[in-house]
Amino acid sequence: MVGLEHYLTVAAALFVIGIFGIFLNRKNIIVILMSIELILLSVNINLVAFSSHMGDLVGQVFAMFILTVAAAEAAIGLAILVCFFRNRGTIDVEDVNVMKG
Amino acid sequence: MTSVDLTIALPEILLAIYAMAALLFGVWFGKDRSTGLLIWVTAAVFILLAALIALGTVETRPAFGGLMVDDAFARFARVAILLSGAAVLLMGQDYMQRQNLMPFEYPVLIALATVGMMVMVSAGDLITLYMGLELQSLALYVLAAIRRDSLRSTEAGLKYFMLGALASGLLLYGASLVYGYAGTTRFDGIASTIQDGQLSVGVLMGLAFLLAGLAFKVSAVPFHMWTPDVYEGAPTPVTAFFSTAPKVAAMALLARLLHDGFGGAPGDWTQILAFLAVASMFVGAIGAISQRNIKRLMAYSSISHMGFALVGLAAGTAAGVQATLLYLAIYVTMNIGVFAFILSMRREGRVVTQIDDLHMLSKTQPTAALALLILMFSLAGVPPLVGFWAKFSVLTAAVGSGLVWLAVAGVIASVIGAFYYLRIVYYMYFGEEGQPLDTDISTIQRGLLIASAAAMLLGVINLFGVDGAAAVAAQALVR
Repeated sequence: MVGLEHYLTVAAALFVIGIFGIFLNRKNIIVILMSIELILLSVNINLVAFSSHMGDLVGQVFAMFILTVAAAEAAIGLAILVCFFRNRGTIDVEDVNVMKG
Repeated sequence: MTSVDLTIALPEILLAIYAMAALLFGVWFGKDRSTGLLIWVTAAVFILLAALIALGTVETRPAFGGLMVDDAFARFARVAILLSGAAVLLMGQDYMQRQNLMPFEYPVLIALATVGMMVMVSAGDLITLYMGLELQSLALYVLAAIRRDSLRSTEAGLKYFMLGALASGLLLYGASLVYGYAGTTRFDGIASTIQDGQLSVGVLMGLAFLLAGLAFKVSAVPFHMWTPDVYEGAPTPVTAFFSTAPKVAAMALLARLLHDGFGGAPGDWTQILAFLAVASMFVGAIGAISQRNIKRLMAYSSISHMGFALVGLAAGTAAGVQATLLYLAIYVTMNIGVFAFILSMRREGRVVTQIDDLHMLSKTQPTAALALLILMFSLAGVPPLVGFWAKFSVLTAAVGSGLVWLAVAGVIASVIGAFYYLRIVYYMYFGEEGQPLDTDISTIQRGLLIASAAAMLLGVINLFGVDGAAAVAAQALVR
């Protein structure tokens, strides 16, 4: 029987993979965008699992909002990435270094 | 019922409609030729809405079944956001024109970001919080990269986007945990699940993630890495905007979430905030010492100042919230003055942003140098200027809650921070001879610079009544 814990475990695993994808990835910015999507989707799994477990619709409403915002966020991220590529000619993570933090 | 709700959210609705109308107008009529006009109209709309909100009713009104709350706290924050947004728009216009950087999207994006901030500060529910935060953030990502042909600007936008999206992810994961373990996303609902000042483990985990996400947005250490790069890379008017209104909004949102949602268990979050505050104050103060670029220096300065504002919240009392609001209002006023000057820094028509460019400014521009001197002393917290009273009030609030060590740390950090502010003053008055900066500063920039400096001097009498308004706002939040 698949219970709430299973969903939460999957979501937590996806979340951690997403975080590691952002920090350990040394290659490509597209991978970072994918990792961000992974984090947002793990949150959605969490919300829908809780919502169904409690019989409360708010979590699913929240998930719909996150889906739409995630689409807008990906669009803006890709647009900025395209502008950056035009100026720099590369999208390697190591090359985002004109300014040193 | 619905019409009442709409009346309460009227300022946000009006501004959102205005932003969309301005977008249509910009696309329809001559694209970038209309930018100058749009900047003026947007600033006027901001000021009108601020007046509408300030002169409106005084009672606390929940709207849309508690999704939004309109109270004295939200009104204070919204007025501060709108006025600082208007000031930044007006003083940036001259710079944008000289740089030939006049996309009509600029005022529209600022208006949309401002709608997001207004929703943030009046949020009564985690969903509203998220929507407001994202509306603000998405507009700000684009603003950072608004100079499309500049490598620095697009890199700033990219860095801000990646770290901001990560922060949103952390915040959302926290929100999902709070929803699951508290059973609701409403702030008052979360508050009612707290028993004996103890949070359940799941809700506590959620709170930790929420705080991490919001710490990114207020650029508190250890989530501050994006700040110097974004401040340096973004066009200066955008940097000026970043350092004022969004800071007020994010800090007010933090206060709102903690007191409305988790006010019953202050023991669980005051320690986290105290840590963030100490780390931000010291990293901001020490990191700024080695900076040669004045925009990067202001970035570290803002990290340090956000640390001081967090000291007030870490006190966990109404006095603390009042001190934080007062601190934010004063900080924003000082920053507008400083950035009004940075926007005018040019040599032979070329924009310069190095601290070394300020050498012997007092010879060529005595008035501006004097105003900047007052602002630097005020930012450093030298008595009797207003900046000192801002720091004094947050540190007093910390002592009032028994956090004496935090107040001592604040004093030490403020002494370290004084070094780099005073270095600028030293350069201006006793620096080396060199090629001077251009002396033509636009009327609006000069006016805001002098007004801001004058406010730092004259404000010591009664702080222009901001203190009283902040007290009313804090009373509305902390019950």
